Amino acid sequence: MNNTVIKVLRKPITSAIIAILIGFLVAAIVLASAGYDPGASFAALFSGMVGRPRYIVNVIIKATPLLFCGIAVAFAFKVGLFNIGAEGQYILGTVAATIVGITCDLPAVLEIPLVVLSGTIAGALSGALIGWLKAKFGIHEVITSIMFNWISLYLCNYVVSLDVFHQPNTTGTYAVHDSAFTMILPNWKLSDDGQAALVNFPVLRDVLVRCDVNVGIVVAVVAAVFIGWLLKRTKMGYEMRAVGLNKDAARFAGINVEKNIVLCMVISGALCGVAGALNITGISPHGISTLAAFENNGFNGLSVAFIAGCSPVACIPASLLFAGLIYGGQTVQQTMGAPSEIISIMIGTIVFCMALGGVIPMLAEHIQRSRAERAEQACKLAAEVGATPAAPAGESGSQKTENAADPKAPAEASSKVAEPTDSSEKKGADGDAR
Amino acid sequence: MGYLVRERTGRRKGTEMPDQSSFTRRGFLKGLAGACALGATGALVGCGGSSSDSSSSSDTSSSTATSGTTHKVEMVTDTGGVNDQSFNQISWSGLQRLQQEEGWDVSYLESKQESDYATNLDKAVDDDAELIWAIGFAMADAVGNAAKANPNVQFGIIDNANPTDASNITGVQFRAQESSFIVGYIAACVSKTGMVGNVLGVESDVLRQFEFGYKAGVAYANKEKGLNVQCESQYAESFGDAAKGSSITQRMVSDGCDVVFQAAGGTGVGVINACKDAGIYAIGADMDQSYLAEGTVLTSALKEVDVAIVDVSKRLLSGDLKGGSNITLGLSDGAVGIPEDYSLMGEDVYNDALAVEELIKSGDIVPPATSDDYDKFVASL
Repeated sequence: MNNTVIKVLRKPITSAIIAILIGFLVAAIVLASAGYDPGASFAALFSGMVGRPRYIVNVIIKATPLLFCGIAVAFAFKVGLFNIGAEGQYILGTVAATIVGITCDLPAVLEIPLVVLSGTIAGALSGALIGWLKAKFGIHEVITSIMFNWISLYLCNYVVSLDVFHQPNTTGTYAVHDSAFTMILPNWKLSDDGQAALVNFPVLRDVLVRCDVNVGIVVAVVAAVFIGWLLKRTKMGYEMRAVGLNKDAARFAGINVEKNIVLCMVISGALCGVAGALNITGISPHGISTLAAFENNGFNGLSVAFIAGCSPVACIPASLLFAGLIYGGQTVQQTMGAPSEIISIMIGTIVFCMALGGVIPMLAEHIQRSRAERAEQACKLAAEVGATPAAPAGESGSQKTENAADPKAPAEASSKVAEPTDSSEKKGADGDAR
Repeated sequence: MGYLVRERTGRRKGTEMPDQSSFTRRGFLKGLAGACALGATGALVGCGGSSSDSSSSSDTSSSTATSGTTHKVEMVTDTGGVNDQSFNQISWSGLQRLQQEEGWDVSYLESKQESDYATNLDKAVDDDAELIWAIGFAMADAVGNAAKANPNVQFGIIDNANPTDASNITGVQFRAQESSFIVGYIAACVSKTGMVGNVLGVESDVLRQFEFGYKAGVAYANKEKGLNVQCESQYAESFGDAAKGSSITQRMVSDGCDVVFQAAGGTGVGVINACKDAGIYAIGADMDQSYLAEGTVLTSALKEVDVAIVDVSKRLLSGDLKGGSNITLGLSDGAVGIPEDYSLMGEDVYNDALAVEELIKSGDIVPPATSDDYDKFVASL
């Protein structure tokens, strides 16, 4: 039974779940010490997340940009690049999509691809420049991409302030043309026909009419699976991972390191850009507005990527969880009156503990090792007490000492068979994380 | 300090956490099981959340029914957040007054991004609020849509006329040019360098009231007192960028300004700090901001959003006022003005300012709110 516990502890999913639970526990203490009932706060959090079908849909909508940026960061990280510029690339995506969406008025078949593509290209170009500077001159991508975040932010504010785009008496631009909208049935759902058809499906009506249900999440999930496939199953992905693991070894093996770095940043930037573009086409206000501070889609994407252990597919649940915490957090504020700072601390604590998830497998190892030591001591004792006697006892004793020399070896012979699979699993997980 | 103000009645008491101390003395693995149980409890509480909510809110209404009918009013802030030392904060204090004086159920939702406006208004509707206040003209479109989707709920928007012809939106606007005129007059009287500044938020009709009211006040003081005070103004194009407010102010100081009027929400906090550092006077906006920098904030162009919110909320929910109207409030309604404290400007200037206030109230002076009106005003001097 103890061995199953160890086995379970070693699974990456277990550590994620335990970390989340510990996160909630610590957050409960934070809330309680700030004078807010943690039970009621969490109740509000969950009811705000999943309390109604519409809330679930809103969580999904909010998760879409986080997922894109999460994949982008995870992908770059696998190639050994820390793309902290996801935020800026996202902003450039929104800016380009807004400019194109306002200036061009084409039929939807052309308008949507054009707007989304413009955002994607904007993000990709910014990524390309960062990658090129890294590959050509060795300028660290963290510095350039952080600076690019600010360039993007002020570029956004500049575009908003231009008379061509600025909608008078607002803090933002005009909305892009209707033909660029990527919501599901945007016109039909508000038309008389649509209303009449939906009247029999209250849940569907609720979700469709009162949320900006859009196709973004589908694209994001496809992107996550595609990037996962690209990394694991293609020559290109193999080369990129090789560059990420050891640049020099990769170069020695004949892989073009520079090309792969630039390519990686292009893809990473494009993913962030497409997130921005799809947010412009998919959700109101369908335009950009003056940013006083970052909206944190990219930075939250960073957290999503690392919660997911930098696995693109694992970013899907991670982004949903993150978006749920952010969206549900507002309900805590509404019903508990807790200030948003406390909510942010609560969310931060949960994410922090999730980041500590890697501790759990180590804990499993520690338990195993101490048990092996205990077994060894017991053997020694038995050997001393039993003095000369029968051979079997001596044999088992020596065998156990042998086992104890290897700290990973299980104490009980019965679990010996399970051991190799365990460690290989663990190695696999580690490899993924890297 | 914001936390203290925002204390709410604990209407959710009773859902206590399981005993936490048990975790410390157990071994980790056993604690783990406990943690799982805790998580399960949390999830269960989560599921029951909505039902317990409705029962407790009905409790509240029955217990306070003695003091008249209670109503549920919520507000959604713009991206400045509820602690912006300005507009949103003062709106929230208005709602809190409704809670204290009338026993109404109030709460707020903070918007972090522009895309939060729609979802936050939606959440307020879900919470069965009868009246939902949208704070700031940036939310006009979102309110228009929410009102269309929820014809049974009343909406109010501050600083914007009813954006649609919907009968369930009330637009509340202020003649901020009147208070800006007075503080412009005071600034010109107090200035020693002959230069005063004005830092504004995002360029819009509402902010032009502040800009031209202030300029007109300076021009009026020049005429009346034979001064030659120059006024420069700049838009920060943001309501939440304190750093930008600070750097604009530093530039104004180097240009020789010794009084700077801020009308820029959260950006204005940076303006006041920069004035404090430079040792010059600042003029606050919306609420009496003297607490932000003692000895620096000369006066404030009050825009008593809280007064308006309390008044309009009561009238709307008692049926005195039908939705769909537009309300404009000014000096004569007591909704704009200056605070009574005149320790920094001296009694003479204050008395002169009060005289100007009377002239505005009587209609002898009509402070301009647009560029055209300003030109006409200056020409008529």
